[in-house]
Amino acid sequence: MQWLDGLVQGVLLGGLYAQYALGMALMFGVMRIVNITHGDLMILLALTGISLAATFALGPWTVLMVLVALGAILGLLLQRLILNRVVGADPLPSLIATFGLSVALQNAMLQVWSADTRSLGGGDIAQASFQLGTLYVGVLPVIVLATATLLTGGLDATLRYTRFGRSLRAASADVEAAAMTGVNPKGVYAGATAVAVAILGFAAVFQSMRATVAPADGPFQLIYAFEAVIIGGMGSIWGAFLGAMVLGISQSIGFRIDPGFGILAGHLVFLLILALRPQGLLGKD
Amino acid sequence: MSSTLLSTQGLVARYGDFQALYGIDFEISEGEVVALIGANGAGKSTLLKSIMGLLRVAPEMVRLDGRPVGGSKPNRMVSDGVAIVPEGRRLFTGMSVVDNLRVAIDHAAVPRGTAWTLDRVFELFPILREKQAVPVQSLSGGQQQMVAIGRALLNQPRLLLCDEISLGLAPKVVKEIYRAIPSISANGTAIILVEQDVGLARSASNRLYCMLEGRVSLTGRSQDISREVIGAAYFGGAHAVA
Ligand SMILES: Nc1ncnc2c1ncn2[C@@H]1O[C@H](COP(=O)(O)OP(=O)(O)OP(=O)(O)O)[C@@H](O)[C@H]1O
Ligand SMILES: [Mg+2]
Repeated sequence: MQWLDGLVQGVLLGGLYAQYALGMALMFGVMRIVNITHGDLMILLALTGISLAATFALGPWTVLMVLVALGAILGLLLQRLILNRVVGADPLPSLIATFGLSVALQNAMLQVWSADTRSLGGGDIAQASFQLGTLYVGVLPVIVLATATLLTGGLDATLRYTRFGRSLRAASADVEAAAMTGVNPKGVYAGATAVAVAILGFAAVFQSMRATVAPADGPFQLIYAFEAVIIGGMGSIWGAFLGAMVLGISQSIGFRIDPGFGILAGHLVFLLILALRPQGLLGKD
Repeated sequence: MSSTLLSTQGLVARYGDFQALYGIDFEISEGEVVALIGANGAGKSTLLKSIMGLLRVAPEMVRLDGRPVGGSKPNRMVSDGVAIVPEGRRLFTGMSVVDNLRVAIDHAAVPRGTAWTLDRVFELFPILREKQAVPVQSLSGGQQQMVAIGRALLNQPRLLLCDEISLGLAPKVVKEIYRAIPSISANGTAIILVEQDVGLARSASNRLYCMLEGRVSLTGRSQDISREVIGAAYFGGAHAVA
């Protein structure tokens, strides 16, 4: 019974990890950039949301809308001001630039919010649960999973069927050829990063409703996103979702073997998949 | 067929320290087909890349409708009515034939004259209609070249740049592809044809330019220039003008 419970809780946890991982998969797929500030941006949005909620007495769903919009703007700025200067065939400049930005962001957040952990009051929903057979399932984690599934499906459909999605795929295949076909690479890149960080707005609200956030938490979220993307296959959208599930289930099952083993179990499964299938579960060749 | 559509004046281009073009004067009028021939490394692709905005050149070196456009971004050139079938085709791997074509439709210039549509491209190359859902990397070389041409046409160009569209294709396929040239030009589109096959270049064009080591070594009406003169201009020796 506890294994089934572990599986269900793992899938629900995977829903949150999927929200971290989607944007990373998108940015890597289109620009071959690994954005080291990914986790810090999520924390920045979360802390901003918590402060806004406290100052203006906003409910979590209002905060969600504000953070998604804010995330899109942050993403645009990040791309225009920094990433467009370092994107290119060589992955090193973007790694160094986003690593530096990550350190700077963490310190700035420490100045503004101090090292305390905070969370967002979710009202009744954060506590509510229902019984499924013999299992107790939280309402909030189910909402998180449903949101993650809709975001993944929506992003995948956007990539397949829209003008913006086609431009993204073309730029990802051959950015110079895309420009020769009329695509503005910088515009496409800015759009991709805006979407990626906007999705972090969802993750920020759910993370701070389910648990707590503090300025130095970003790197952990980055690792989870990164592992989910690698497990699923670099650049694949549904792969990132699947990778997040695998990571969530590994941690949850590991936690039931021994409470201290949960996080480590996730890392071990990640390393195992990296060794056995380096291209990831859904990655090609 | 009279007014100059695009011209270059004293165009120089370099790759880092290496100078590839030494003052190219070139022009093409509306609806005209101009062939660009020359040996490997003569600078034909470099000239097309300079026009398309893929290499940095001074603004006055390239004029479109008399306006300086040298060094404009490639996507700007597309919206100004210039499209390219690049060397090596450069299709969007992993995307279907029709999605490759749709990228061009999504970013097309405002058409002057009859607009190119998916249907018209499929009439030009019927095999593409059958293969439209297939990922481009699984097409044959000739079919890929047709996608590359179709993609450029769907950008609704007034000027189409074609870089060695016959390269590596069977003679039968080359014929099939060159059959499309008159219908493209009948649409009022001017065409620059970079071509290794001198005979093909001559028969398909109104005028031609021969390049040698980064310079124009010969230019004139395609029908008026003899093979001997072209030979001399192609391989060096006497610089000829016909
Ligand atoms: N990316 C590049 N970097 C450095 N030099 C280059 C580059 N591309 C071309 N060149 C050089 O510029 C010169 C002109 O090359 P270009 O590709 O324009 O020739 P071409 O006439 O198109 O030849 P081909 O018929 O082989 O395609 C050559 O000497 C070539 O080696
Ligand atoms: Mg060439």
